[in-house]
Amino acid sequence: MIENVSIYELLTLTTILFFIGLYGFLTRKNLITMLMAIELLLNTSVINFVVINKYLYPDVLQGVYFSIFIIAVAAAETALAISIIINLYRLKTSVDLSETETMKY
Amino acid sequence: MNMDFSYTIFILIIPIAMFILLGFFYNKIKPAVSGWIGVAGLTAVAGMSYYTAYQYFFNIPKVDGKFQTFFGFKMNWMNFTDTLRIDMGILLDPISIMMLAVVSTISLMVHIYSRGYMKGDRGYTKFFAFLALFTFSMMGLVVATNLFQIYIFWELVGVSSFLLIGYYYEKPSAVAAAKKAFIVTRFADLGFLIGILLMGYYGGSYDFMELNNPEGPAIMNWASSSFMGLSVITWALILMFMGGAGKSAMFPLHIWLPDAMEGPTPVSALIHAATMVVAGVYLVARLFPMFHFVENGFALNIVAWVGAISSLIAAIIALTQTDIKRILAFSTMSQIGYMMLALGVSEYDGHDGIGYIASMWHLFTHAMFKALLFLGAGSVIHAVHSNYMKDMGGLHKYMKITSITFLIAALSISGVPGFSGFFSKDEILVAAFHHNKPIYFITLFVAGLTAFYMFRLYFSIFWGKKKEYEHAPHESPWSMAIPLIFLAIMSILPGYLPFTEWLAPDRIGFHGHIDYTMATIATLTGLTGIFLAWLFYFKPSIYPAKVSAFFGKLYKWTFNKFYIDEVYLFITKIIIFKGISAPFAWFDKKVVDATMEGIGNKTVDLSKGIKGMQSGKLQDYAFAFAGGVFILVLIVMYVM
Repeated sequence: MIENVSIYELLTLTTILFFIGLYGFLTRKNLITMLMAIELLLNTSVINFVVINKYLYPDVLQGVYFSIFIIAVAAAETALAISIIINLYRLKTSVDLSETETMKY
Repeated sequence: MNMDFSYTIFILIIPIAMFILLGFFYNKIKPAVSGWIGVAGLTAVAGMSYYTAYQYFFNIPKVDGKFQTFFGFKMNWMNFTDTLRIDMGILLDPISIMMLAVVSTISLMVHIYSRGYMKGDRGYTKFFAFLALFTFSMMGLVVATNLFQIYIFWELVGVSSFLLIGYYYEKPSAVAAAKKAFIVTRFADLGFLIGILLMGYYGGSYDFMELNNPEGPAIMNWASSSFMGLSVITWALILMFMGGAGKSAMFPLHIWLPDAMEGPTPVSALIHAATMVVAGVYLVARLFPMFHFVENGFALNIVAWVGAISSLIAAIIALTQTDIKRILAFSTMSQIGYMMLALGVSEYDGHDGIGYIASMWHLFTHAMFKALLFLGAGSVIHAVHSNYMKDMGGLHKYMKITSITFLIAALSISGVPGFSGFFSKDEILVAAFHHNKPIYFITLFVAGLTAFYMFRLYFSIFWGKKKEYEHAPHESPWSMAIPLIFLAIMSILPGYLPFTEWLAPDRIGFHGHIDYTMATIATLTGLTGIFLAWLFYFKPSIYPAKVSAFFGKLYKWTFNKFYIDEVYLFITKIIIFKGISAPFAWFDKKVVDATMEGIGNKTVDLSKGIKGMQSGKLQDYAFAFAGGVFILVLIVMYVM
């Protein structure tokens, strides 16, 4: 619990962060940047877990545990995504999203 | 006293084994070897058949003066109910043993003959494989113990007939003939099948022994069911006779037989003269007690009249044909008509069973002399390379053996005393005279016509005009001459065998004798025919042209076989194809298929319209997903 800061302000922050991440994911053409946007999305949810746990249910710790899980999973996911991007780079010598548009009708 | 007939199973096993051997390895076996395999196998089969006949007719004692029925092999194959079942087996009684002897003899002769006739043919081994298949099927047909077994083998002979007619499959006419034969007989067999099913349902059995028992339920209870004024059993018999008429080329289902002459000549001799085409006669004889006792022989009367009409029509058509094999084909049809009418006028007991005996006897003698005529014709065709009489003449001095054996066969079929055909035909005439006068006169008239067209054929081929041949025709090789000589002997000998004691419908038999009045009338009729033929055709003369001019229209009708083929073509092509099938085809194409295709096409159009959604752009999908979630959230928040 932080002095003089209510839950509403924190949730507003995470919401803003979430939409920044979503915007980044939908508009960026560079795959690395898109990966960063995904990290942003994940981080907002982590913050949400911690905030809701702290403010609404201060007696339990599930939210905190979950946030640790999410960080671990996000790390694994990033490793996977980076390896895919490296493979794509070897194939196309580019990490631009427009190079991946061959899988369509 | 050896009563064990279990070895008869080999009469069936050997031909089918030969078929499998020659059929599967037909490009591995050398032609010379395959010919000998065929001849050796058939010799064994014929030997066993003769041994069986000898044992049965001479060595096995009769019980109560009757020949007994034996089973060489019998197994229960399918049970429908407690009483209705299908067996597989080998039934041995006088007529089946007589048929075994006929089929094996003719088949053996044809095998020997084919070694010469088919020499150098590309499909030599295949030909022998088909012959073996046919022999197997025909043997299975004659020893069948029940209606279903006979039906199975009936179809098998149909298939082997189809294969052999279409043997020269590069010739369109042969292919058409094979197809025609198969379709016409299949159509007739539809009647046969319905007849069998009716018989099983109303007669309560498929087994010949049970059906034919004069005190059995099938015969005693015929009146219990009726349909359109007739007993259902009678309908079943009529339908079965339809199948028999198809196979035996009876009017009006005879149209396939003349065309079937497109097959190789030995095949015509084996299948379309001696064995398969008498299957219909055999079927009626097999069910004779049923035909006789049910509804006082109503169905049998139909058999008699169909036989009489067929024999008359065929004999008239045979007068005008010019293809020698076709003349023989119509002659075959005419003689089978004889057998049918003889069965038709027969009674069951004692001396009144003469028609049945005469029919079976004529079947035997006819098989021999007609096979001989065909093989002789094959020998002639082999020498002059033509089927038409105009290309022949004066061949006697080139081919003495063929000429003399052909003469013996022609005398036999014309009913000249001393030859086997005389005896059997005499019995037929006696039977017809005592039981049905109109049929008797038809029979007598046909006997005269037979003598005339047979000697027209003989004189035109072997005497008549002196013809210049590019290559002098020569006598056929011994492999072809030996069967001719053997069959010539068999065209005389069977007349002196006591068939009246062996083949009576009540199995008792009697000592036969010749009715001299009948014999004299028949002989005079036959000799008149021969004399007229001699007058017309022995030397080139103007009579034939004059007579055909005198008959004018009638001659033209006869020459075109009474336009029966054209009637069939009209019915099938115009009425069935155009009148019935074409509208159905239109409905099927334009309504049924079109609906289905419309649904398919509309789906394709729709998917073409929306396939742009699958853009392959990751961010489009992500946008759609996020947008969807957004909308769902809105719905949950404000609507629900």
